[in-house]
Amino acid sequence: MNEIGLTHILVVSTSLFFIGVYGFLTRRNMITMLMSIELILNSVNINFVAFNNYLYADKLEGVFFTIFIIAIAAAEAAVAIAIIINLYRNYKSIDINDAEIMKY
Amino acid sequence: MLDSIYIALIPIIPIISFLLIALVGRNYFPKFCGIIGTLSLFTSFVISSVVAYQYFFEIGKVEGVYQKIIAFKQVWLQFTPNISIDMGILLDPISVMMIVIVTFISLMVHIYSLGYMKGEPRISTYFSFLSLFTFSMLGLVLSTNIFQIYIFWELVGVSSFLLIGFYYEKPSAVAASKKAFIVTRFADLGFLIGILVLSYYTQTLDFQTLIERANDPDFARGLTTVTFMGASVLTWGVLLVFIGGAGKSAMFPLHIWLPDAMEGPTPVSALIHAATMVVAGVYLVARLFPVFSVACPEALDVVTYIGVFSAFFAAVIACTQTDIKRVLAYSTMSQIGFMMFALGISGYGGESGLGYMASMFHLFTHSIFKALLFLGAGAIIHYVHSNEMKDMGGLRKNMPVTHITFLLACLAIAGIPPFAGFFSKEEILLAAWNSNKFIFYVAIVTAALTAFYVFRLYFNIFWNKEFNSAHNHQEIISTVAHNHSEGPATMQLPLIILGVLSVIAGFVPFNNLITSDGIALATEFHLGFSIAPVLLALGGIVIAMILYKKQNELPQKLADSFNGLYKAAFRKFYIDEIYLFITKKIIFNCIGKPAAWFDKNVVDGTMNGIAGVIVYFSDSIKGLQSGKLQDYSIYFFTGVIGFILLFIYLWT
Repeated sequence: MNEIGLTHILVVSTSLFFIGVYGFLTRRNMITMLMSIELILNSVNINFVAFNNYLYADKLEGVFFTIFIIAIAAAEAAVAIAIIINLYRNYKSIDINDAEIMKY
Repeated sequence: MLDSIYIALIPIIPIISFLLIALVGRNYFPKFCGIIGTLSLFTSFVISSVVAYQYFFEIGKVEGVYQKIIAFKQVWLQFTPNISIDMGILLDPISVMMIVIVTFISLMVHIYSLGYMKGEPRISTYFSFLSLFTFSMLGLVLSTNIFQIYIFWELVGVSSFLLIGFYYEKPSAVAASKKAFIVTRFADLGFLIGILVLSYYTQTLDFQTLIERANDPDFARGLTTVTFMGASVLTWGVLLVFIGGAGKSAMFPLHIWLPDAMEGPTPVSALIHAATMVVAGVYLVARLFPVFSVACPEALDVVTYIGVFSAFFAAVIACTQTDIKRVLAYSTMSQIGFMMFALGISGYGGESGLGYMASMFHLFTHSIFKALLFLGAGAIIHYVHSNEMKDMGGLRKNMPVTHITFLLACLAIAGIPPFAGFFSKEEILLAAWNSNKFIFYVAIVTAALTAFYVFRLYFNIFWNKEFNSAHNHQEIISTVAHNHSEGPATMQLPLIILGVLSVIAGFVPFNNLITSDGIALATEFHLGFSIAPVLLALGGIVIAMILYKKQNELPQKLADSFNGLYKAAFRKFYIDEIYLFITKKIIFNCIGKPAAWFDKNVVDGTMNGIAGVIVYFSDSIKGLQSGKLQDYSIYFFTGVIGFILLFIYLWT
């Protein structure tokens, strides 16, 4: 039981995922929401690396996917921050509840 | 050989002039639009005359028979290997005659309008419409194909609509143009169905092929076996086509638009009611005459009786009307009736084709003297500023040129020798005598009535009481005071030309030129025969003279003694009222109102109901779309979790 198995790592990543979801759903600050999304993405990354390492040790697909996701997360962060800056210019606020004109 | 380019120019020049005036001239050189229209028509007229000369005297005749020449033909829409809509030019005696008449009368009207419409703010629009009208009519007469004629037929209809409604500020003009359009459109529906029936059963749209097939005994036998309600499909087809012709030619009972069409400018009335639109129906019957006469004589009987009834009916109404343009309108209807029944009683080919020749002859002479009558009436209205006879009288000293030319036209239409109308009317009467005595007696009475009503018009305008502008209102006196002339030279020139032609047009040897089968007719003109009609016409004139030359009580007494008949005729035999009754009371109440109810309650109700339910439903759920990002995320995650549960526990 001293050895760290796949299950442990999956428990970590699942916790990370739901912490991210919880943060995304409850935080009103957009920057914090962005950070929650990063948590979600990183939990997925951990899953990829873990499965690759434990189940298919001779292959590298999981690692490659992780690198992809990191790149995409970087791009997404750039776009999201641009949107947040524009919203701030228009509303003088980065509170998500202030940007709700797109309703019925 | 005739160069087809030249012939194609005849209709093309007016359409170019129309486009030039309508697109460019109206904005940039409105002063010259009239000149452009007139010059283009003059060119067209010269070319038509040259073509007519070449056709009649140089190349048209092959071994004594006038040929049908297809100068130009282009397949436009091909439906099946047999049926296609072509655009082409067909030259035969009647189309050549028609292009000369149309361009000539149109030219006269153009010249006259230069004076008559002077000072009108929308004069360039007016001239562009005139050009369009002339183009449509020329295209109509030159058609090789029954569908081509239909296209131009509608163009004529729409340009007449535009011209009748030219003074669109006047509600009556708007109503008149709508009426003309709707009535002729209604008739054209018959025409279209007729075209479809004919083309379906004969498998062609081309005139010549159609005529050949209808005359081919084998083919015709196949057609006559297909019957509908006791008549063969061919008869039905030509009858439906005739409905279209009757609509345009204002035959009873589709004549109601013609008198109202007088709301247009007077030169337009001259153009529409003399040379062009109203004879289109006669022309159509003449064009399909071989089909009528050989394949379905029953249809010709219908043509005869409608024609003769319209002629008599319109003549009676014309005797009572007081608006001078309306008198002329009914007189036109009556004369067109003459042409129609002359076609109806005619046979095809040989000496029995006299009626056909007479009809075309009457079309020719009538267009000249009726144009003259209308243009003269226009000059009078221009002078008096009224259409009513009671405002006129004693104008002979004030307007000598108009007086003389109007008199010539009246003599021509009354059929007094040696004026134009005499010859053509005698031919018609002779043809009627040869074929049907009943028609002959009605026709001769109508001819006497014609003489009576035109001279009633003439004496009322030019004699009767002395012309005194004090009869009119104060404001009119001032206009008359500085308008004490008959009008400019541009208005008098057409009157004089047409006046001279009204005298000499009867001497054209029509029996050599235009016959049903292209072979010259032997002249059979019996001087003895024409004694009775001429005496009756003279009698009509004398009665008109007694009644109307001097102002007296006789006309009123006469009207009183025929009280019921006079009133009925004055109200045009209540035809308009009958139409109104049928449309308003019967069609509106029995069909229109239930249909409107159904539309409002059932059709609209269904749609409104569906829309209402959707609105209600969306109102109740629109709160879900809150605009809050985190709400949406919750829905999303809930959905994902729901799917996961579904897949894990329920998916087996």
